[in-house]
Amino acid sequence: MDIYLLEAVINGLLLGGVLALLALGLNLIFGVIDVVWIAYADLVMCGMYAVYWLHVAGWPLWAASLAAIAGVAVLGVLVHVLIIAPVLRAPPINQLLATGGLLFFLQSFTTLLFGTDFRNIGVRLPIIEMGDIFISFARLLAFGFALVGAVALYVFLKRTYLGVAIRAISQDREIMGLMGVDQRRIYLVTSLIGGALAGLGGCLLVLQYDVHPFLGNTFGPLIFMICVLGGLGNMIGGFVASFIISQIISIGGYYYSTEWAYVLAFTLFIVLMFIRPRGILAR
Amino acid sequence: MLSLAAVSAGYGSFRALFDVSLDVEAGEAVGVIGPNGAGKTTMMRVISGLVPMDAGAMTFDGRSLDGLSAHRIVERGIAHVPENRRLFPRLTVEDNLRIGAFIPQARAKIAERMAWVYDLFPRLKERREQLAGTLSGGEQQMCAIGRALMSGPKLLLMDEPSAGLAPLVVQQVFDLVRRIRAEGLTVLIVEQNVQQVLEVVDRAYLLEVGRIHLAGSSAELKNNDLIRRSYMGL
Repeated sequence: MDIYLLEAVINGLLLGGVLALLALGLNLIFGVIDVVWIAYADLVMCGMYAVYWLHVAGWPLWAASLAAIAGVAVLGVLVHVLIIAPVLRAPPINQLLATGGLLFFLQSFTTLLFGTDFRNIGVRLPIIEMGDIFISFARLLAFGFALVGAVALYVFLKRTYLGVAIRAISQDREIMGLMGVDQRRIYLVTSLIGGALAGLGGCLLVLQYDVHPFLGNTFGPLIFMICVLGGLGNMIGGFVASFIISQIISIGGYYYSTEWAYVLAFTLFIVLMFIRPRGILAR
Repeated sequence: MLSLAAVSAGYGSFRALFDVSLDVEAGEAVGVIGPNGAGKTTMMRVISGLVPMDAGAMTFDGRSLDGLSAHRIVERGIAHVPENRRLFPRLTVEDNLRIGAFIPQARAKIAERMAWVYDLFPRLKERREQLAGTLSGGEQQMCAIGRALMSGPKLLLMDEPSAGLAPLVVQQVFDLVRRIRAEGLTVLIVEQNVQQVLEVVDRAYLLEVGRIHLAGSSAELKNNDLIRRSYMGL
């Protein structure tokens, strides 16, 4: 096998880990609250800025990362309380417009605060050499933490009362009250977790990419496409789709160019929407 | 134990219940019978806080239930087995039971209660890892009742437990109701299956077009001409 192709496959796998984490967050929110947070990638961008500025201010990377995760988790709760809760019973198009408004708000607000400069956190992590293959340690780290995040979420959903309630609520919203479950509390916890996952995603991406206010425009459509491809709300489907898409981007980028790879990925997405409109793993 | 006084309720401008008054004493099994669309399900949903009351008063154990949301009513000790069972089909039997023990006071006793429910319904224990959606109708009813029991209720509301089940299974469901009574629970049961429900309850109310038309002991109602003619086909 071509050594560069192998490198592309490994990089695709590593990218897939982070995408999978973000897809889990978006799917979790959609599955539980039944609202698509179109601005999800922009929360990730906020997390990247948080890590960046705290690190520039002299915080060690781990402390800046923990603070960013906590900060974006709180931001997630605020998004729910201020923007989602008032439109919870509104038609989906209104919900989409509300979270779309949030997207433009976050982009213009971060532009106002930080300008449109591309900022690099300047943490130089080593490149690992395995024979002739070069792997960035930052990507490896991101992949590892993304998997830890995904496993932590899985254990939470499987083992805790709140986790069971979160899995149940998408199956029958109305009777949750009869189980003694306060729906509003479940929504808040879900938004908190969804925000924390976006924050974690931000910590992992800021090690690999420059941050700027419009970064969400790159990752947002990608994450959304992955979720739709896996079946909106279907966490396992989203997980699988993340790795399919990341491989297309990585291998396509190796044979042609990254731009062509994106064109290919989105073309495949449109075609699959005709063939399997409810996602590749539709029940 | 439970008391409804002149309760009216409905959905938007549509009124489904008019001045319904009803009492359930501790240890009793009380039935509410009546035709389709009489408001039986609405009444159950009002009691458990899913549908707001427009007028009237509701008390449980001497304390008012007015304006409490559904999850608070579960905490007071009322569990509701909803119409059509409404299990979470893609959760396992055991997860369905676990979610029934969501309220804080039930979590502390989950191991003990789960053992009790499995003891009452050994079938559920055999199927504990199975998805609830794959159970047979009768098993689903067991699971729905078990789930309600997990909260440790004093009063169990059962909405049409025999609906949609094969005749043989209907018989089993009424046997279940007897066993639950034997456990010392108070039961309020809504049924269209008049003949059989009158065999398991002490008293019953007849609800028609949103109003209580008749009330009496099971023996009285079994011999009432109106009930015999309209609901038992005798």
